[in-house]
Amino acid sequence: MIQTFAFYLFALLVIASGVFTITARNPVHSVLWLIMAFFNAAGLMVLVGAEFIAMLLVIVYVGAVAVLFLFVVMMLDIDFAEMRAGFIRNFPLGIAIAMVLLAELVLGIGAYQAGALELGVPDGSAAPLADASNITSIGALLYSKYIFLFETAGIILLVAMIGAIVLTHRESPEGARGHQDIGKQNRRRPEEATEMKNPEIGKGIEL
Amino acid sequence: MGYLNSFYLSGPEVELSVAGLILLIVAAFAGQKSAKTVTALAVLALLGAAAFTVNLFTNSAFELGGDVWSGLYRMDAFGSFAKILIYIATIGCLIVAPKFFDAKGAYRPEYPVLMLFGAVGMGLMVSAIDLMTLYIGLELSSLSSYVLASYSRNDGRSAEAGLKYFVLGALASGILLYGMSLVYGFTGSTSYLGIRAALGDGLSTGALFGVVFVLAGLAFKIAAVPFHMWTPDVYEGAPTPVTAFFATAPKVAAVAITMRIALDPFGGNAAAWQQIIIFAALASIVVGALGAIGQQNLKRLLAYSSINNIGFILIGLAVATAAGAGAMLTYLAIYVVMSLGSFVALMMLKDSGGNQLETFGDISGLSSTRPVLAWCLLAIMFSLAGIPPLLGFYGKFVIFQAAVEADMVILAAVGIAASVIGAFYYIKFVKVMFFDEPADVVVADQSKARWIVLALSALIISPLGYLLTPGLDWVTERAASALFFVV
Repeated sequence: MIQTFAFYLFALLVIASGVFTITARNPVHSVLWLIMAFFNAAGLMVLVGAEFIAMLLVIVYVGAVAVLFLFVVMMLDIDFAEMRAGFIRNFPLGIAIAMVLLAELVLGIGAYQAGALELGVPDGSAAPLADASNITSIGALLYSKYIFLFETAGIILLVAMIGAIVLTHRESPEGARGHQDIGKQNRRRPEEATEMKNPEIGKGIEL
Repeated sequence: MGYLNSFYLSGPEVELSVAGLILLIVAAFAGQKSAKTVTALAVLALLGAAAFTVNLFTNSAFELGGDVWSGLYRMDAFGSFAKILIYIATIGCLIVAPKFFDAKGAYRPEYPVLMLFGAVGMGLMVSAIDLMTLYIGLELSSLSSYVLASYSRNDGRSAEAGLKYFVLGALASGILLYGMSLVYGFTGSTSYLGIRAALGDGLSTGALFGVVFVLAGLAFKIAAVPFHMWTPDVYEGAPTPVTAFFATAPKVAAVAITMRIALDPFGGNAAAWQQIIIFAALASIVVGALGAIGQQNLKRLLAYSSINNIGFILIGLAVATAAGAGAMLTYLAIYVVMSLGSFVALMMLKDSGGNQLETFGDISGLSSTRPVLAWCLLAIMFSLAGIPPLLGFYGKFVIFQAAVEADMVILAAVGIAASVIGAFYYIKFVKVMFFDEPADVVVADQSKARWIVLALSALIISPLGYLLTPGLDWVTERAASALFFVV
């Protein structure tokens, strides 16, 4: 019973947060709503017994999105004074969302302890999960049955990295400020790089 | 089957990945000046992969499929045929590229490396018999394509093309994934075999939604109407060698996976998707033909021409028979040759300042200044229009033949009627090149590779190309029958 209730609460909040993400005018608010959506999606994952994926969602998505959020804040032209001005006005809303998250947390833990959610009878050819922990089952499949896809996913990441470098890296011409000579950097030794001085009291050093 | 067998049957992908990684290291250590060497080695790697694929193709032990990597990957005649086309198209686009970028001093060794990884992704796509393999291959090839589209990063149009392609491509991937998740949810399997078995011969509403979303996502990748809007902008903005690549190799891969996914996992429910494909085919033919009429930019025009051609190819899918699939593959092979030739010809147009020319005004009177190029361009355009003595006609002929055999006479009739509209803008080439005042066009100082590619494609589409058709028929029939082989 508690699982069903928790499911509908989480599902409703995922959808609501999603709608707010795309309707919020302020990009910072959008990102905050997105984080809210991820938290609730993680809650749904906990309900179906996929704790590992729930944790991944929180750590990777919320963590990565939080970093992205910082970049957005740094790069966008946002008037912080104006944002702080709304602090008191938005305070009740903030408290309300915090309360909702707290209630969800309690509910989620309660539902988790009451057992996994059974929304229907499994259908089709999907094999039932072995009685092992999430991480064990994923690991057993990822590095054996799906090794081919796992390795290919690695190549995708490599291509993404090549792409980012190809499109943004600009080599400065020799002699110009910012020119990087890796060989020279590697040849550098502490003896040449630093110099010990023992200045007399009351006198500076000549550079 | 052990890992050794898996490695053997997925040999082309393994070989290309390893080659890509090695060339990346070469590029990192040798720097900018190694660009030409890396290109040559990449061409060699692609040739090797193509030769290996031909070897697998002719090996009758694997004709109907060797499933490896625990049912994620299938080596069969269909996949091999598509892969050979992809590798050849990639080679063609690769050897004409250095000269183009050299003019701007922007050719770097990463270009061939990205092409190689793109080819790996496309090979995976066409060999996929699991939705996950399909998606990973698709992402690998798309990601390389996004980067290639904005490769001339100092050119605003190229950057715009890359961004547009990226945003819309991500949206299409999202739609495709959503469709896949619905299909998975309603069938409980991501493998084509499992999906086909679970769907049976009746679709539930949910599964139908999944099928529609999957097809919509794929229609974006093949640029079929109504998901074609990105094509003219991306084709115009991307550097011409990259545009040539987009119009050939990824198109072959996307059409091939559309065929496989429609005829294999959803093959038991052909009636459910046939209407969608018929609509997309006819709409693509009409929109491609009408859209091209007002274009002044030749790259945009060729983009509409590619939309038009995709429409004809989809007619072969709409009939959902082995003959239709074989006709599609024949058309696809001929289309790759024509498209490659047309873009290479476009690349050769330069004014005396070394700037690339790409509008109708620029090619006026080309026949008097550069007769060879003008005649080649003319032959390719007429072949694209499907005018009889040229090979382009044969492609359209087999497609319509398949449609008529499957009692879809109306479909064929509308297609033929629309191709008459299409002929208008191809004939505009004749008017501009042969009857208008000459403009300033310099063709000298071309690399040999371009002339070779142009001469080869002109030779193949010329009436002499009909000598190849018996061989092509045999190959496509073999490939198409592998697609209809149900375990």
